[in-house]
Amino acid sequence: MTLHLAIARRSFRRYSTYTAATLAGIFTNCVFGVINALVLMAVWKQNPDAGGYDVQDAVTYVWLGQAMLMTIALFGGGAPSDLATRIRTGDVAMDFYRPVGILGWYLAADVGRAAFHLVSRGLVPTLVGAVLFDLTFPSGPLVWLAFTVSVVLALFVSFAIRFLVAMTAFWVLDDQGTQVLATTAALFFSGLTVPLVLFPGWFGTLARALPWASYIQAPADLWLGHEQGWAALAVLGLQLLWAVVLLAACALLLRVAERKVVVQGG
Amino acid sequence: MIEGAVRYAQIARLWVRASRAYPVSWALLVVGGFLITGIDFVGIWILFQNVTDLGGFDLHEVAFLYGTSGVAFAIADLFVGRIERLGQMIRLGRFDQMLVRPVPLLVQVCADEFALRRFSRIAQAALVLGWACTFVDWSTSRVLLTVLTVVAATVIFVALFVGMACIQFWTIDSAEVANAFTYGGNAVTSYPLTIFPSEVLKVMTFVLPLAFVNWYPSLYVLGHEDPLGYPDWTQWLSPVVAALLAVVALLVWRVGVRSYRSTGS
Amino acid sequence: MALIEVAGLTRTFKVRGRPPVEAVKDLTFAVDPGEMVGYIGPNGAGKSTTIKMLTGILVPTSGSIRVAGVDPSRRRTQLARRIGVVFGQRTTLWWDLPLRDSFELLQKIYRTDPARHRANLAEFVELLGLGDLLLTPVRQLSLGQRMRGDIAAALLHDPEILYLDEPTIGLDVVSKGRLRDFLRTLNAERGTTLLLTTHDLQDIEALCRRVLVIDHGTTVYDGTLAGLHRQGGSTRTLVVDLVDEGPAIEVPGATVRRVEGPRQWLSFPADASAAPVVSAVVGAYDVADLSVQEPDIEDVIRELYLR
Repeated sequence: MTLHLAIARRSFRRYSTYTAATLAGIFTNCVFGVINALVLMAVWKQNPDAGGYDVQDAVTYVWLGQAMLMTIALFGGGAPSDLATRIRTGDVAMDFYRPVGILGWYLAADVGRAAFHLVSRGLVPTLVGAVLFDLTFPSGPLVWLAFTVSVVLALFVSFAIRFLVAMTAFWVLDDQGTQVLATTAALFFSGLTVPLVLFPGWFGTLARALPWASYIQAPADLWLGHEQGWAALAVLGLQLLWAVVLLAACALLLRVAERKVVVQGG
Repeated sequence: MIEGAVRYAQIARLWVRASRAYPVSWALLVVGGFLITGIDFVGIWILFQNVTDLGGFDLHEVAFLYGTSGVAFAIADLFVGRIERLGQMIRLGRFDQMLVRPVPLLVQVCADEFALRRFSRIAQAALVLGWACTFVDWSTSRVLLTVLTVVAATVIFVALFVGMACIQFWTIDSAEVANAFTYGGNAVTSYPLTIFPSEVLKVMTFVLPLAFVNWYPSLYVLGHEDPLGYPDWTQWLSPVVAALLAVVALLVWRVGVRSYRSTGS
Repeated sequence: MALIEVAGLTRTFKVRGRPPVEAVKDLTFAVDPGEMVGYIGPNGAGKSTTIKMLTGILVPTSGSIRVAGVDPSRRRTQLARRIGVVFGQRTTLWWDLPLRDSFELLQKIYRTDPARHRANLAEFVELLGLGDLLLTPVRQLSLGQRMRGDIAAALLHDPEILYLDEPTIGLDVVSKGRLRDFLRTLNAERGTTLLLTTHDLQDIEALCRRVLVIDHGTTVYDGTLAGLHRQGGSTRTLVVDLVDEGPAIEVPGATVRRVEGPRQWLSFPADASAAPVVSAVVGAYDVADLSVQEPDIEDVIRELYLR
């Protein structure tokens, strides 16, 4: 356990050294936050309770989206991209011989990174958003708790998907194609482009059931208080389910990959 | 200029040939490029399942804005997008090598690793634009203006790409700031600017003239009143703005190169 | 007229928080067509900076440079056609492309006459042994193979001058030898002017009749290699392993510098042959083994600069 903590801490420190890049990223987050907020405000002006939200909820949703963007590495990156690189260079063979499980190792590293991004590129743009717009904030400590748990689960789900995509490098020479497709799916089904609450009919229902709904929509609904009590637990439950299923898939696939690497010599 | 284009084409052709070595990956990326830009329009379509107009523009009209901006941006990205890697080229010493070769620097930087697969983004935006155009009430002048607009918008985005990339002559870490202007510029011009406060519209007219990418011309083509009440000839100003921005971008590039050659890496 | 003329060349760098650094200070020299010049000096002496200014990458702070009658900082593209550059640590080739594609791209870039390009390519491929490597992506080549590729690439357009920045670094002995042979032939048959920066004294000895020593940004010596050793008073060392320990060896023409048990280090002038010293030692003492150490270029320069 302490080893994983150490890995997480080292990862946090590593990302914290990129001051200029972080500041530049915060700027970009803010610009897109403003643009998206204004677009949604125009929508809600026409349809004041679209998707069961009011305009303040919608704007808050946008800024939460920007906050989650880097935390869960929506555009890819984080520890799994290190894995992909190591697979390509063959260094991953060494990872299999370490006393710590690969999955735990990379997850710890990603948690460390996510913690840094949450604090820097999550918190700061949200504060900027709060200054420029009227935002809704969680109504009580239980809501904060539910939100925090949701963010952690979202990270696990995102990590698992990125890890699975990275592992395709074991079998496919050039994983750029799978990366782009995965990012596209994440961008759309996370609700970053458009909140899932606006998705019409059965399409919306389907989207809410997919793992990507964990990324932004689930934490946002908890933060905004749109899901409370048992409904909130259901949201968290679905996130947990996806996290478990996807992480199990990672572990399974890892076993298959290990056989390939260790037996065939990579 | 023509000379530069020829050299560009020669270099680009070789990269296209090299990409044929990985056909599956290439095909996936072509599809991926189409999809990743396509979801932006699907997003807009979804918005319109909840409202009938945005800032006084209906779906077809917003599609027109999206399409003109999208096509121009995708063309600019195809030909000049690689300049985003300027910092990396400098760090790896590749920029020094380019300085030793008898080809204009800008041509070398932009043609480097030319990726033809990005045409799928142009195709995607063009499809949306084509669809939007079926709803427009055409006249000869409107056709002319539309064509002019796409060309001018492309030049504006090219200028943005080049100008913003020059940040990397001085700081490589802050390179992401450029994205807020290039990709942000594309995002903003995909919507009617009436959804933004009038201060923003004024900034985008006089300070960072993104409103000339497609907004002002669209007022003419789609038959809308200018919310700020500007004279009609502003709607034909895009080519002038584009030329001005191109000059500025080239100057910034020159300054950047001179600075690099005076301080080394 | 000299092919390369450098006069009063100065290049200062501003460093944050510290006083400005004069990487090159009032440098003056000239190189005639067909010369093979070794450009040596300790790390940080200003070698790379000079090459960068000669090739037009860097602009001088003051002073003048004329290469083939042209100012490199002003006429970059015009000059680029007439020079070739090989950077030892970074490749000039395109990482992901097969070697053959890199060469083809270069023909387009330099606008070399296609027939001339083909002829050059055929010759270099044979001389440098690149035949089997043409279809390999550059990133899969070994260091030695890549270096040979780089050299071919730099010469395909018939440059008048070839700059080589540490070309043999990291190469094994056989590769180094082959490379030196190739460069010698190049100079002899085509009259290509060579300017070579290196730390390897053997490179200099094999290739360069003229040596330019730079230290702290200025020329410290400009002349022949033999003259350099003579002026620097550099010495070669004979390491003798005696069968038994004994007092310091005494032979004419050499002095004992150090004794450690049965091993003794004798130094003698660098431009003298080792043979008389060796036979004197072997004749007068019981020797188990011996070897000769060449003077380190750093020692040579240090000696030179201290004078």
